[in-house]
Amino acid sequence: MTDLETLAKQVVGAGESPRMRASEAVSGPLIRQWTQAMGDKNPKYQDLAPPAMIQVWSMPGADRTAFQRDRIPLDDLLDALTESGYTGVVATNCEHTYHRYLRPGEELTSTTRLTEMSGLKRTALGEGYFVTWAVTWYAEDEPVAEMEFRLLKFRPREDKPQPEKRKPYPLKPAVNQDTEFFWDGVRAGELRIQKCGDCGELRHPPGPICPACRSANRTHVVASGLGEVYSFVVHHNPPVPGRETPFVVAVVELPEGVRIVGNVVDCPPSEVGIGMPLRVIYRPMDDELTLPVWVPLEP
Amino acid sequence: METLMEAQVTVGDQLPELRVALTPTFVISSALATRDYTPVHHDVAIAQAQGSKDIFLNILTTMGLLERFVTDWAGPGALIHGMKVKLGVPAYAGDTLTLTGAVSAVEDARFTVDIVGSVSLGAHAQGSVRLSLPR
Repeated sequence: MTDLETLAKQVVGAGESPRMRASEAVSGPLIRQWTQAMGDKNPKYQDLAPPAMIQVWSMPGADRTAFQRDRIPLDDLLDALTESGYTGVVATNCEHTYHRYLRPGEELTSTTRLTEMSGLKRTALGEGYFVTWAVTWYAEDEPVAEMEFRLLKFRPREDKPQPEKRKPYPLKPAVNQDTEFFWDGVRAGELRIQKCGDCGELRHPPGPICPACRSANRTHVVASGLGEVYSFVVHHNPPVPGRETPFVVAVVELPEGVRIVGNVVDCPPSEVGIGMPLRVIYRPMDDELTLPVWVPLEP
Repeated sequence: METLMEAQVTVGDQLPELRVALTPTFVISSALATRDYTPVHHDVAIAQAQGSKDIFLNILTTMGLLERFVTDWAGPGALIHGMKVKLGVPAYAGDTLTLTGAVSAVEDARFTVDIVGSVSLGAHAQGSVRLSLPR
């Protein structure tokens, strides 16, 4: 048995709440307001209250602070359901029994008891519990009406937005035999720097021939992903497709010894400066393209 | 308003249909007349923020309209003993609530009228009203 079911059992066991004073006495003006709003022209209601008004006499009205009733055990159960994530509420059933008609001037009290809480149910709205309670209204000590009320306290289904196809980012990098390893690295979350297969010199951007020893043998290393701003511009104009201006284009110096061009993001352009420590992140631009971009090392 | 007598009513009798135009004025004035100030019954922005299309009828009004539907037909001499209602789709402002019903049972001089209250989305309320009539 869950904690909620245990609590429900206790509340059922607690039985009837103490008598609670109704918020309003049965009265002619409230009856007339009701019959006019409903369009009910039954002449009986010149002297007697419409039976369906029974719950009206216990409604708190516009100023909830002005009419405060004592907490009852049912409140604890409804609060516990809300706190457990069953925040949704929808009334499902309402049943009235009238023992007699009421007259203006009568003052009512009522008691409430939890009749039952269902087990956890799957519904179209989400998983939840049906909570049923019974209210008895009294005039003096005479029971005059009863109500059985059932509602569903449910955990609202999470609206999972359909994964929308993202608009393709209009700027595509040129991927060729010389640069393919770099973009494969980005997809794998690595910042790869080309390395000469003979003399070991690092070079960026990638190219077919080592500028130091003219070897065409090449391999790569994975950079640490740290760097600092060597130089930068803040681009305001002209507009660039797919980008919002202003944005920062920086030459980032890597501790490995090469420099790489990239955007500095998640940082106001005015805070970017020479020597600023950065780290690389990999930002998906659309469903296919990921770009390495730079963010401040210290957030 | 005439009162039906017990002998005039038999099982199967149809009640005259009642159509209620659910103008915003109707939805709001009936919610407030039932002393229900929950914002979803009078504040469009709050109702929409909570995922509803518009403000909608409160339960106390639904109960009141079912009672009116029966007494409009049975007259002021009828005694209403109880109602049993299963709630369905919301009755939004701008829609029309159509109440239809028929006498479904009589036992110990107590009649049961079965009622369906429909709006454009489907059944808003289904239930029954128990009453007795003068002899």
